[in-house]
Amino acid sequence: MSEDYKWRYGFFLGCVIPNRYPMIEASIRNVFDYLGAELLDLPGASCCPAPGVFRAFHIPTWFVIAARNISIAEELGVSPITGCNGCYGTLRDAWYELEHDYDKKKEVNEYLAKIGRTYKGNFEPKHVIQAFYLDMGLDYLKDFIKLKFSDLKVAVHYGCHIVKPSEKRPWNGEYEAPRFLDEIVEITGAKSIDYKDKYMCCGAGGAVRTAVKEVAADFTREKLVNMRDAGVDIIINCCPFCHLQLDLGQVEVNNFYGDVIGEPFHIPVIYITQLLGVAFGMDPNLLGLIKNHELQGVSPFISIDPFLNIVKEQLI
Amino acid sequence: MSENVEKYIKRKVYKSTSSRIAQKFVDAGLEKIRACINCGTCTGSCPSGRRTAYRTRSAIRRALTGDESVLKDIDIWLCSTCYYCYERCPRDIPVTDMIIKLRNIAVEEGYILDSHFGLANDIFYATGHGVPATGENNKKWRDLRESYGLPPLPPTVHSYPEAVKECQELMNAVGFRKLLDNAAKLKEERAQAAKKDKEE
Repeated sequence: MSEDYKWRYGFFLGCVIPNRYPMIEASIRNVFDYLGAELLDLPGASCCPAPGVFRAFHIPTWFVIAARNISIAEELGVSPITGCNGCYGTLRDAWYELEHDYDKKKEVNEYLAKIGRTYKGNFEPKHVIQAFYLDMGLDYLKDFIKLKFSDLKVAVHYGCHIVKPSEKRPWNGEYEAPRFLDEIVEITGAKSIDYKDKYMCCGAGGAVRTAVKEVAADFTREKLVNMRDAGVDIIINCCPFCHLQLDLGQVEVNNFYGDVIGEPFHIPVIYITQLLGVAFGMDPNLLGLIKNHELQGVSPFISIDPFLNIVKEQLI
Repeated sequence: MSENVEKYIKRKVYKSTSSRIAQKFVDAGLEKIRACINCGTCTGSCPSGRRTAYRTRSAIRRALTGDESVLKDIDIWLCSTCYYCYERCPRDIPVTDMIIKLRNIAVEEGYILDSHFGLANDIFYATGHGVPATGENNKKWRDLRESYGLPPLPPTVHSYPEAVKECQELMNAVGFRKLLDNAAKLKEERAQAAKKDKEE
């Protein structure tokens, strides 16, 4: 480990972060580096595989591919870390289950032997939020805050797999009303606003988005209505699939349910490392907040300009 | 769960069940399904059931009693795996895992939506990613990556063709390829039979 770094992780990218929301990838890489945490690439890592889709097709496939992904980090001697709740669900559940089932672990290793790999299970898969809250701690993060929001109302969206199944997560069994993400958000001076059914699912997971997009969008409609009723400025989340569902999902909700929602939705969706980064005083270019291309039909689908205006007014 | 309850459930479990589906749960070590008292906490906690016809309690009940129509019911694919039912079940049944297992049985018997089959076969098996950035259609995403100072393709399977082969070798060995081929065959047979019925 380079002497400049206090922590070292293997950055498990997954699919949605690198291939649909690269601004999230850029912000995680740069914020971790800024905080003194080194992120190593995991060469040849694949889809985690997604816990609600591919596990729902074939559990044994889910186990071996997840174990292969974890083994890539093990070879580098680090915990795999992910910014995605879905990847977290897969890597952590597979790890937890394999560490509690000797026969299963043996079987998985028999498959991995065919490609010359071994799964050991000695590095706990982590989430970016877990690194912030449990490895670094709020006090450490607070020391990096240079600028504080004076009036930013945030709808915090946790997503599901960051807290559930609770016995396989590091939050002491808390799943009904966790606070850790709100606490991280609030060190920036922003205020986390309570809204109805705050901990409800975004609707994208579990193969639902692929099965019936209108059903997924109806979950999202309910969340967005509740957020808007609470008067929030932006949405903060810690999962790219929720991020996609809340961002692209707003376009879909406006489209599918225009007749029942009143005004169309246009709430900026910001990933947690993007929010932290601006409060650390980092260059917004490093956080994927500045659009410097003319591409059409790419993320973010809902303009984040209102957020950037708040940043300009309150932080600069 | 106490050891006695565990033993009781095991003893009472479908040793000679008439339900093929329940037997598959037992074989997979999910005999806790027998502990279900039909209280409906799962359905009451379900955000999908608020807006769809999916009823968790009913799906579990049908699986337990051998009502095989549950396998072809699209409703079982409307669970977003949010895990509220799993967390809140007063009988400590891993409900969400049961639904996942139920879907596994459905796929095994050829009940898989076209969109899911395409995702599994044409995307995940072929590229190693569930959401890829390769191919002409995805050029804008590679360009977007570059606009944020990242290489056009991430250091995943996308940058290591031999890693895609590794994943496919694993998927072949563990039976995923065979599962998909079989599901495609069963789907085709059913489609043909339905067509024939219509003609007659």
